Amino acid sequence: MKRIIQLTVNGERAEVAVEPNRTLLQVLREDLGLTGTKHGCGLGDCGACTVILDGRPVNSCLVLAVQANGSDVLTIEGLAENGKLHPLQRAFVEKGAIQCGFCSPGMILSAKALLDENPKPTEKEIRMAISGNLCRCTGYQKIVEAIQAVASGEIMQGGDS
Amino acid sequence: MGEFNVINTRAPRLDAAAKATGRAKYADDLSMPGMLYGAILQSPIAHGKILNIDTSRARRLPGVKAVVTAKEAGLVKYGVSPARYDETLYAYEKVRYVGDEIAAVAAVDLATALEAVQLIKVDYEELPAVFDMFEAMKEGAPQIHDEFPGNLTAEVHQEFGDTDAAMAECDLIVDHTLLSKRQDAAFIEPHCCLAHFDLDGKLTLQTSTQVPHYVMRTVAMVLRIPVGNVRVLKPYVGGGFGPKAEATPLEMSAALLARETGKPVKMNYSREQVFLHSRARHQFYAEMSLGVKKDGTMVALRNKAVLDGGAYTSFGIATVYYSGSLLGGPYKLKAMKYDGLRVYTNKPACGAQRGHGGVIHRAAFEQLLDKTAEKLGLDPLEMRLKNIMATGDVTINELDMSSLGMKECLEAVRDGSEWYKKKGKLPKGKGIGSACGFFVSGAGYPIYRSDTYHATVIVKLSEDGGIVNVLSGAAEIGQGSDTMMAMIAAEALGVPLDCVRVVSGDTDLTVDLGAYSSRQTLMTGHAVKEAAEHARAQVVEVLAEMMKCDPASITFRDGKVFFDGGPGNFEEIRKRYIKEHRGWTDPPGGEYLTFKEAARMAYLAKGTIVGTGKYKPPKLGGSYKGAAVGTSPAYGCSAQVVEVTVDMETGEVTVDAMTDAHDCGRAINRTQVEGQMQGSLSMGLGECLFEEVKFDSRGRILNASLGEYKVPTSLDMPNVNTIIVESNEPKGPFGAKEVGEGAIMPTIPAILNAIYDATGVRITELPVTPERLYMAMKAKKKEK
Repeated sequence: MKRIIQLTVNGERAEVAVEPNRTLLQVLREDLGLTGTKHGCGLGDCGACTVILDGRPVNSCLVLAVQANGSDVLTIEGLAENGKLHPLQRAFVEKGAIQCGFCSPGMILSAKALLDENPKPTEKEIRMAISGNLCRCTGYQKIVEAIQAVASGEIMQGGDS
Repeated sequence: MGEFNVINTRAPRLDAAAKATGRAKYADDLSMPGMLYGAILQSPIAHGKILNIDTSRARRLPGVKAVVTAKEAGLVKYGVSPARYDETLYAYEKVRYVGDEIAAVAAVDLATALEAVQLIKVDYEELPAVFDMFEAMKEGAPQIHDEFPGNLTAEVHQEFGDTDAAMAECDLIVDHTLLSKRQDAAFIEPHCCLAHFDLDGKLTLQTSTQVPHYVMRTVAMVLRIPVGNVRVLKPYVGGGFGPKAEATPLEMSAALLARETGKPVKMNYSREQVFLHSRARHQFYAEMSLGVKKDGTMVALRNKAVLDGGAYTSFGIATVYYSGSLLGGPYKLKAMKYDGLRVYTNKPACGAQRGHGGVIHRAAFEQLLDKTAEKLGLDPLEMRLKNIMATGDVTINELDMSSLGMKECLEAVRDGSEWYKKKGKLPKGKGIGSACGFFVSGAGYPIYRSDTYHATVIVKLSEDGGIVNVLSGAAEIGQGSDTMMAMIAAEALGVPLDCVRVVSGDTDLTVDLGAYSSRQTLMTGHAVKEAAEHARAQVVEVLAEMMKCDPASITFRDGKVFFDGGPGNFEEIRKRYIKEHRGWTDPPGGEYLTFKEAARMAYLAKGTIVGTGKYKPPKLGGSYKGAAVGTSPAYGCSAQVVEVTVDMETGEVTVDAMTDAHDCGRAINRTQVEGQMQGSLSMGLGECLFEEVKFDSRGRILNASLGEYKVPTSLDMPNVNTIIVESNEPKGPFGAKEVGEGAIMPTIPAILNAIYDATGVRITELPVTPERLYMAMKAKKKEK
């Protein structure tokens, strides 16, 4: 039996008819066409499907769509504003924090959730905040540097990239 | 102004913004109208005869559009090396591991396809199975392939120099063994593909692969499609590291089901199926003896290898050759003997993974070197320096080190880590270790025997002259090859990087063997440079004629044209350009003629300007059997120092600091070189301390998930002191060579040597889990 749920995704209202076992990840990718959220394992192990749900980072593969009914969801597609990259996106681009890019959307959203809560994190706090997002390419160093560049104000809102 | 304008900088990747915004499309992000979903039936048993396959119930399930088995697929044998084609798309007489493919289904959605797979009834006669490589070699062990008695898929016996005589000259001979475990590459993107046929019978296969070219050939061969009718397109790929360097049953099944149904078919491996498909790092057993003089001069090496290959050969012949050939350097030896065996077992097939075949034998050797230095009372880093090769040296197995900054790397990590302040001076529980290694910059030969070019490239200038299009079949898999190609093209043409666009990963564009053996920077890079120079020459020719000047007096830099170093009298050309382009929004300006105007003139004179480039390695290496594996136009090399803390109560190892220096020739993109180095060290750290694919007693994987198969997280990796050492490789484009695999070579042994320094325990089995180290420390205490 399908049920209608209502979400606010990247600031826009969406209504979707879902089966009870459908995940938020499936709704985002398949029903709403927001394929920036990645499916890496389906078990909550890799963090590639991280989105921000009512202000908190979650593995969207572990959230049933019906659980998210009435919630506010931010995906990677909703981060750039007025065609300008978010400072975290710019930092990831400029600091070389992206290689294959498959973990990047989830990684960037975990970083955003951290900085929203704690704008001046220590390196340890940054590493803790992204420890649920696996990256096999970078060794994490440039990802940490990118997040630090935003936290320190080296890369700020409103740049041109 | 430096020597270069574009290369050797830290330019952001071409694809970074697309990836940071979620716009970059990976295979699983693609869909087509009317698309079906496929699923594969895999064997639940490790070894058995197939008595009967009944697909009738699956076929009757509403929503099922096709069911295929070996009957529909045919029995064309395939594999990686034509010398050992030992696979068919679907098992037909026997299954050989848990996960062996038996049938595939296409249905209207994934749930229906998965349900249909469950409805296929297979009757098996279970056979005794063997899971351990040493057991598999014993008399009376279950035989996995009739054609390969003794379960031997490949064996290598090589000797360079007279090892016995050289050993007899030595003052000291030291032995060491190391046993590793099967690994998974654990790329974050599981394999996915989407296949469809057009009305003319042409297959387009979009797939997450490292090697569009080989996938095209294999799919054409297995499904009996003329190779010209197969187009493989690679979208963005979420990491490969080796296991995506061969055609998969997923790709062939999707293509076959698309042909059977006349509809597009999409297929994914689940994470568990990624582990079952495997094709990742073998399990290795290394046994070696090093003979030295009293003063620490290395003389001779005896090296033995046993590799657990799993049920099929995959890349295994090359793997077992690499375990020998990559010990020919970077230290001088008078003699080297190698005996390698690769064994079939009833487990998923192993293949290539970062540092192909060389990683574990390098780890064993660098431990052995430390062990030897200790017996001689020498500093191990000093002993490395004493025996190190330099540019121009040729190894005993005829690998030509046409550039080799090995000594510079070792000195850089020695100084960068303050080695002398720490070695032998750290408190108990803290340790420091060093190691070296090197790797090929592309294999000297293609996987199949052929005179093919390894890379061809087209550089096409736009009609307005302002855009340079690089067209290539090369595979961007995250390592940055698109950006590398763009930077080389921009440098060779003398235009800014933002004028260059790259279209790659399409077998319809050009030939490129793909992303494996760290080949694309050197090989594809060469072809890009040649194509760009070809295009440039055509523009110069037209310009020289118009300006009535010597072509040699014309240079392009940063998009500007210089005549004898100055602006020249180009007014007529500018007038003509502007006159033609009334209404266009980007008229050229400035005190110099632009490349754009020049390229437009060339177009007006000659039509679309197309430059072509190609690359094939020169004749390389020795003439002995197996010389093809290990020979490369150039070798990258790396030295590392690692510092660890060992919890003496629990055996837990923490890597505190890593210093890495890599000679990549000329760095095309410094940020990306560092990224490859740091990523390599991360993978090496995981392999050393955590990673092991575990099986139960019936050959089923126990930890086929990223939760239970542990790869390093952000909390496990320290920051790496990352030092780029640049040599100028004469055979590389602008002097460039590899970085993506050489950088993993020293990581495991540097950690192991640091653990020894901290604990006095010499590790002989990986991974170094707390339990394993704790037990080893306990055993060591008992010895005393």
